[in-house]
Amino acid sequence: MTDAVGYASDRDVGFLTQKVPSAVMTSPSQSVTAGRPQVDLRNPVLAAILAWLWPGAGHLYQRRYAKGWIFMAAILVTYFWGLFMGGGHVVYASFSKEDRRWQYFCQLGVGLPALPALVQTYRVFKLNKPPLFGDFMAPPHPVIPNFDDQLAEWHRTYHQFFELGTLYTMVAGLLNILAIYDAYAGPFIHQPSRAKKKEEDGQATTELEERTERERAKS
Amino acid sequence: MDWVLFFAAIDRPMLFWYAIPLVIAFSLVYGATRDERIIPILDHAVRAAVWTTIFMLVVFAILYATSWLL
Repeated sequence: MTDAVGYASDRDVGFLTQKVPSAVMTSPSQSVTAGRPQVDLRNPVLAAILAWLWPGAGHLYQRRYAKGWIFMAAILVTYFWGLFMGGGHVVYASFSKEDRRWQYFCQLGVGLPALPALVQTYRVFKLNKPPLFGDFMAPPHPVIPNFDDQLAEWHRTYHQFFELGTLYTMVAGLLNILAIYDAYAGPFIHQPSRAKKKEEDGQATTELEERTERERAKS
Repeated sequence: MDWVLFFAAIDRPMLFWYAIPLVIAFSLVYGATRDERIIPILDHAVRAAVWTTIFMLVVFAILYATSWLL
């Protein structure tokens, strides 16, 4: 976002508070100053919500396209590959005493792709209806000793892939938290040390003096 | 070469290989949170991948060495 004279506003810059002329911007949402990029985060709260709902969507909204696609590809491929490995059963929400699925809280980080599990749980436990789409993302049946243990059956069917699928989907959810933070606050860039910054400032002042000197000589 | 043994070997689940996609995904996301430009992002991602792999190998070595004590 730029003001009337074309400067990125302090509020929108996020991680840098220096003002930069929009003339040096490399794209509508990005500029480079002293080798460090400056980003227009647009509406950071909306971007964070979009980033949670669908990995990368917040960055696409902010017109940070390259990063948006990177986040989308890395997180969603990891998530769906994990879901596939576990036969669509590794993401489910169960909060009963016998089976507290704490992993779901990590998987929930991926947003919309993990939300069908909540719908399935609501249908099964609250409405007492059968889950939609077969058992996809549905919680396992309550255990009936010596008769029915669906969770054990899933483990038996998918062997180690049930655990691997759980791990993949959890990692995808946790990675999206990094992406959400990036959409909200911009990239984390190490600020130069005070001595280096002083040196850079000194160099810039010298260049400015030289330019003024040249202009004066011309005139 | 005994092809039966070869195929039996590759048919076994090599769980170690399943760490590679995770390392790649983590490195790319981590790298992308460090900068806005593609080249520095890839630079960060490669460094993160190397450090993550080294860390995992060190943990593996410690666990492997510890297993001899059991």
